[in-house]
Amino acid sequence: MEQTPIYNEKVVRQFAIMTVVWGVVGMLVGVFIAAQLYWPALNFDLPWLHFGRLRPLHTNAVIFAFGGSALFATSYYVVQRTCKARLFSDKLAAFTFWGWQLVIVLAVITLPLGITQSKEYAELEWPIDILITAVWVSYAIVFFGTIVKRKVKHIYVANWFFGAYILTIALLHIVNNLSIPVSLTKSYPVYAGAVDAMVQWWYGHNAVGFFLTTSFLGMMYYFVPKQAGRPIYSYRLSIVHFWALISVYMWAGPHHLHYTALPDWAQSLGMVFSLILLAPSWGGMINGIMTLSGAWHKLRTDPVLKFLIVSLSFYGMSTFEGPMMSIKTVNALSHYTDWTIGHVHSGALGWVGFITIGSLYALIPRLWGKTSMYSTKLIEAHFWIATIGVVLYIASMWIAGVMQGLMWRAVNDDGTLTYTFVESLAATYPYYAVRLLGGLMYLSGMLIMAYNVWKTVMPSKAVEPAPATQTA
Amino acid sequence: MDIDINTVRGLITALMMFAFIGMVFWAYSSKRRSAFQEAASLPFDEQDQQASSTKGDKA
Repeated sequence: MEQTPIYNEKVVRQFAIMTVVWGVVGMLVGVFIAAQLYWPALNFDLPWLHFGRLRPLHTNAVIFAFGGSALFATSYYVVQRTCKARLFSDKLAAFTFWGWQLVIVLAVITLPLGITQSKEYAELEWPIDILITAVWVSYAIVFFGTIVKRKVKHIYVANWFFGAYILTIALLHIVNNLSIPVSLTKSYPVYAGAVDAMVQWWYGHNAVGFFLTTSFLGMMYYFVPKQAGRPIYSYRLSIVHFWALISVYMWAGPHHLHYTALPDWAQSLGMVFSLILLAPSWGGMINGIMTLSGAWHKLRTDPVLKFLIVSLSFYGMSTFEGPMMSIKTVNALSHYTDWTIGHVHSGALGWVGFITIGSLYALIPRLWGKTSMYSTKLIEAHFWIATIGVVLYIASMWIAGVMQGLMWRAVNDDGTLTYTFVESLAATYPYYAVRLLGGLMYLSGMLIMAYNVWKTVMPSKAVEPAPATQTA
Repeated sequence: MDIDINTVRGLITALMMFAFIGMVFWAYSSKRRSAFQEAASLPFDEQDQQASSTKGDKA
């Protein structure tokens, strides 16, 4: 006699709420530094508010605090539901929650103080790195332990993606952060020169490939079918998608180091693998979007589904743009310009943000035993304000980036540069204003979400079900 | 017999290619159809949380 499993939803609820909280915080910091680029005086001549210190705070907050919490929440939820088994260990799961929050708080303290390893997306110093390792190993034990004790035969494809992300991030984090501490707040990497750069971008690009893609595809493979009410378009394609994606992503890192001291062959290798990456990426996108075939009408009425499907469109766009930018001749124009920033945010706001927001809107009512979010109209409002925000953001950065690239490479007949750097900066100003507006809109959407979530999860005082439930 | 590094590279490339083709054939073989259908339906035949959310911590 099997007892009905009772899932551990407490840790899922905790992570879900913190996703919203850190989303608002991380995006607020992003909007603030976007404003600094337009009004440099906003650093108030304080070192703690310097762009160079707040920018890593922004990236760490949105990637690891917002994205990370969302991944913990959804992976814990999905693995339990699709394995029909409770999480392997409640204590260890609780440790991953509190440990991860502590990592984030330490980041919020140390980064503005200027304590950094100066490795992009791996800024946190060695004591925090050790804490991350402990949390991550616990995460792996909880996740794979749950898979081991599953009550069903198959391991659902979403769990494959989550599993690959957990293993790979452990590997990336440990290898890239190997360093020799000289004090509590200072360490030096064990690598030097071009090797250091290559290790860093092997890490950096796979942070994109596994932390921000593979894992969120796991989210996609559960929540898109669930919300659409029909199984994934092709389970077979999802298997080909999985193996192709994870085996190719690993090699794309060198495209961050085009025209540097990295050996030429390594640059070309990175470029070729980045180009191949288009195929599995689009395979996954098509698989997600086609899940809706025969149920397209649902898109008209369900804003949650809108978030999920539009996220896949942005995924398709940015995974086309990425391989294109990895071509050396294109990279010669795009590298070091705001085009890169536009590309990143097309993926981060459009893909990662939207799939997370859509999944949370689907998840939160279920976690709190409600039939739907407090207000569907507010989800709809969030969707449109966020979509327009993303479009303003990436369009302005595309234009700014291409313009900067062209200005920087322009030469006069006698071989001197046509423009000074400052001239290109002055020309960029209007686009920084548009970007700020786009970011503000995206942040406003997140605030709408926070309100909606608050109203959904707070116990309603009335005896009757919440009177504000949308019927009209 | 001495093996040239380029021979190894060629062999690995061929091996990877066959692994990929093999994986595609495996995924698309008709024998796997019913198993994949079962797997694909996993998000839908889940049991709901039985206990009320107030006592979620003891199984």
